[in-house]
Amino acid sequence: MKLKTFPGGLHPPDNKEWSADKAIEDCPLPEELVIPMSQHIGAPAEPCVLVGQQVKKGEVIGQAKGFVSVPVHASTSGEVVAVEPRLHSSGRLLPAVVIRPDGEDAWVEGLAACDAMALTPDQIREKIRAAGIVGLGGATFPAHVKLSPPEGKIIDTLILNGVECEPYLTADHRLMLEETERLIDGVTILKRVLGVERAFIGIEANKPDAIEVVGRACAGRGIEVQGLKVKYPQGAEKQLILALTGREVPSGGLPMDVGVVVQNVGTAVAVSDAVRYGLPLIERIATVTGPGIAEAKNLRIRVGTSLSAMVDFCGGLQGDPAKIIMGGPMMGATQLSLDIPATRGTSGVLLFREGDLALVPEGPCIRCGRCVGVCPARILPTTIAAYARLDLINEAEEYNAMDCIECGCCTYTCPAAIPLVQVIRLAKGAILAKRRKV
Amino acid sequence: MEKQLYLSSSPHIHSGETTDKVMRGVIYALLPACAVSIYFFGWPALMVLLLCTGACMATEALCRKGMGRPLSLGDGSAALTGILLALNLPPSSPWWLALIGSVVAIGIGKQVYGGLGSNPFNPALVARVVLLISFPVQMTTWTAPAPLGSGIDALTTATPLGEMKTAVMLTGRLPLPAGGEYLEYFTGNMAGSLGEVSALALLLGAGYLFWRRILTWHIPAAYLGSVVLLSGVFWLVDPSRYPSPLFHLCTGGLMLGAFFMATDMVTSPVTGKGMVIFGLGCGIITVLVRLFGGYPEGVSFAILLMNAATPLIDRFSRPSKFGTVPQKG
Repeated sequence: MKLKTFPGGLHPPDNKEWSADKAIEDCPLPEELVIPMSQHIGAPAEPCVLVGQQVKKGEVIGQAKGFVSVPVHASTSGEVVAVEPRLHSSGRLLPAVVIRPDGEDAWVEGLAACDAMALTPDQIREKIRAAGIVGLGGATFPAHVKLSPPEGKIIDTLILNGVECEPYLTADHRLMLEETERLIDGVTILKRVLGVERAFIGIEANKPDAIEVVGRACAGRGIEVQGLKVKYPQGAEKQLILALTGREVPSGGLPMDVGVVVQNVGTAVAVSDAVRYGLPLIERIATVTGPGIAEAKNLRIRVGTSLSAMVDFCGGLQGDPAKIIMGGPMMGATQLSLDIPATRGTSGVLLFREGDLALVPEGPCIRCGRCVGVCPARILPTTIAAYARLDLINEAEEYNAMDCIECGCCTYTCPAAIPLVQVIRLAKGAILAKRRKV
Repeated sequence: MEKQLYLSSSPHIHSGETTDKVMRGVIYALLPACAVSIYFFGWPALMVLLLCTGACMATEALCRKGMGRPLSLGDGSAALTGILLALNLPPSSPWWLALIGSVVAIGIGKQVYGGLGSNPFNPALVARVVLLISFPVQMTTWTAPAPLGSGIDALTTATPLGEMKTAVMLTGRLPLPAGGEYLEYFTGNMAGSLGEVSALALLLGAGYLFWRRILTWHIPAAYLGSVVLLSGVFWLVDPSRYPSPLFHLCTGGLMLGAFFMATDMVTSPVTGKGMVIFGLGCGIITVLVRLFGGYPEGVSFAILLMNAATPLIDRFSRPSKFGTVPQKG
C-alpha cells in the first residue's frame, strides 16, 4: 500500500512505544467527579441539578444552550455535592457539577437500544446531540453540527481520523485495536447520516497492527483503510483531507466546502454507543504517559476524573513534575495542577520533569528557512512572527497569519529557539480583535 | 508538589537543533578543504586560516563589548566567517591583509547591522571584495601548489581562470590545454585561493551538510546547473574561445561559492522557490563575469549582487498558501 501524505511537516520522535502495547484499563471511580459544563467548543451547558440531588449515571446534569452546544451527563450515580466554579483545563475557574459517587454506578432509566439503520438521518443526529458527542480528537467541536451541512453543500466523503500524529499518545491506537467493531458500526451510522458512499479510515503507518486489524474488519463493508506516512501534523483535518482525497480546503473554508466531513475514530465509537444503545458520552480513552509517570498506560476514564486520580492509577509520579500537559507535546495545553478534571477532550496526560524540557535560550533568526520548509499551511512563520513582534499587525495579516493552523512545527524546528507559533497565536488574537473593532 | 510548574503555550518539545550546532556543522564541513589547502600551500595557508579565524573572533568580541551587547562568540558564526574569509584569500596573503579582511568582515560586514542574522551581505565576501579593490596586487598574487614535504619553493603563477582570461584578451582564443589538468583541478593541485582549489574536498564537506540536513539542494543545484547550462551554450557555439562547463565547475571559487558562500542562510532567501531563483541569478552572473567581465572570476560579485536582491526575491517568491491551489480529485 502506498502511503499518502501532505507537503511540509516533520517527524519528531514519537515515543509511543511506552504505551502502545498496553491494553486499555478501566480507571477506578474516584471519590469525587468534577464535571465541567464547558467541555466543548460553543456555548457552555447550563447546570440543571441542585446540590444534594441524587443523580443516576447518564442523567443530564447540564443542558445545551443553543445549536452549537451539547448537554453534559453524570458519569456515575451519586449525590451532587456542589455546583460551583472549579479549576478547568483552560486555566480558568468555570462552572462545574461535583458528584460524590454512591458506588452503585446505576444507569438512568429510559436508555433503550434500537435499530440504528431504521432511524432517519435527523433522528440519528438528534441522538448524537442528546448524547453530548463532541470531536474526541481534542478539538471537541459538537459532532451533530459537523453532521448537519447547510443546504447546498454536497458531502460525498466521510473521513475517520485514526492518525494520532501527536507524539506519545496511543489512545486512538488502542481504541482501533480493541473497539474495532464499535468503530465500524459508528462509521456505518455516520455514512447513513451523511448519505455518503465513500468512507476512509486514515491511520499513520507507525500503527501497522491497527491498519491490519481495522483493514481486515472493514473488508467488504464499504470502508477503505488507508495507511499514511508518519509525519506530523498528518492528523490535522485539512492535511488529512489533502492526503486522502487530493482536495485542498480553501483558505478560510471548512471541510464541507470540498465535500468532506472528518470525525475522530473515538467519536465514531461514541456514535455507535449513542445511536445503538442510547448511551451518552461519559467516558473516553486517554493515555497517561511521559518520563514523569511511573508506568505509562491507556485508561478508560469517566469524564470528571481528576488528573491526579489518573496519575495515581499509573503508579504515581516519577520525580517532580515540571510540566503537566493535557494532550500531546505538540499542541497540548499546560496545566496549573493535577487537581483538574479530565473532560471529553482529554486524549492524554503527559508529564515532563525539569530535565526533560528543552529550555533553550532564544537567539536571533538566522533565516535558515526551516520554519518555511516544514509549514503545512505554506506560510512564512519567521516573517509573520517578525512583523507581529513589531506590532505590525496589518503586515502579519497580509502575510496570512490567519491561515496558521498552530501545529507548532515552526517552533519545534527553529534552531534559534524563537517561539514562532506562540507569537503568531498572539498576532491572530490581535488580528481578530482588530477585525471586531472595524 | 512543592516545586513550581512551567506554564507555556505549545509545542513543548524541540528538535534539539540549535544555531551553534548548525554553525559548528558548517565548520566541520570546511575542514577537508582547510586540510587540502594546508597540504598544497603549506604553512602560509595555515597562518592565513589561524589569523583570519582569530581576528574575526576578536573583532566580534570587541564590537559586542563596544555596543554593550551580550557576547556572541558561542554561536560559532564569527569563527565560521573567519574560516570562510581565509578560504577566499590567496595563500601568499600577508598578515595585515588577513587582519584588515577580518575587521572588515565582522565590523562592516556584520556587526554594524546588529550582528548575526541582520547582515544583508555575506560578511566574508564583503571583506574579499573590499580587499580585491583596495589591494589588487596582493589579492591576485598566486602561488603554485607546493605539497608539504615536496621541497618545492613556492612559485608565483596564474590561476586557471586568470590564464584563460589573459589568453582570451590577448589572442581571442583559449590557451592550449596541457592534457590531464581536470584531475588536478578537481583534487586541488592548482593555483587559487585557499578554499577554491579542491573541488573534491568541498564536495566531501557538502555531502556532510546534506546528510546533516543543514544544506538543501536548492541553491547549489540551481547555481551549478545554470553555470553548466549557460557556459555550455557558449562552449558549443565556439569551443576555441569559450571553455567547457567542466572547466568552469572545477576552477575558481565556484564550488566554494555554490556550497558554502551562496548558501549562507542569513543572506539568501527563505523559501525553496526563492533559493532556486537566487541560485540561478548567481550562476548567470558568474558566467557573464568570467566570460565577458574585466575580472577573471565572478563568484564573489555574483553572490553579493544576489544578496542585494534577496529581500526582493523573498517578497516575490512566497509559496501559495494552503487552500489557494486549484484542486483535483
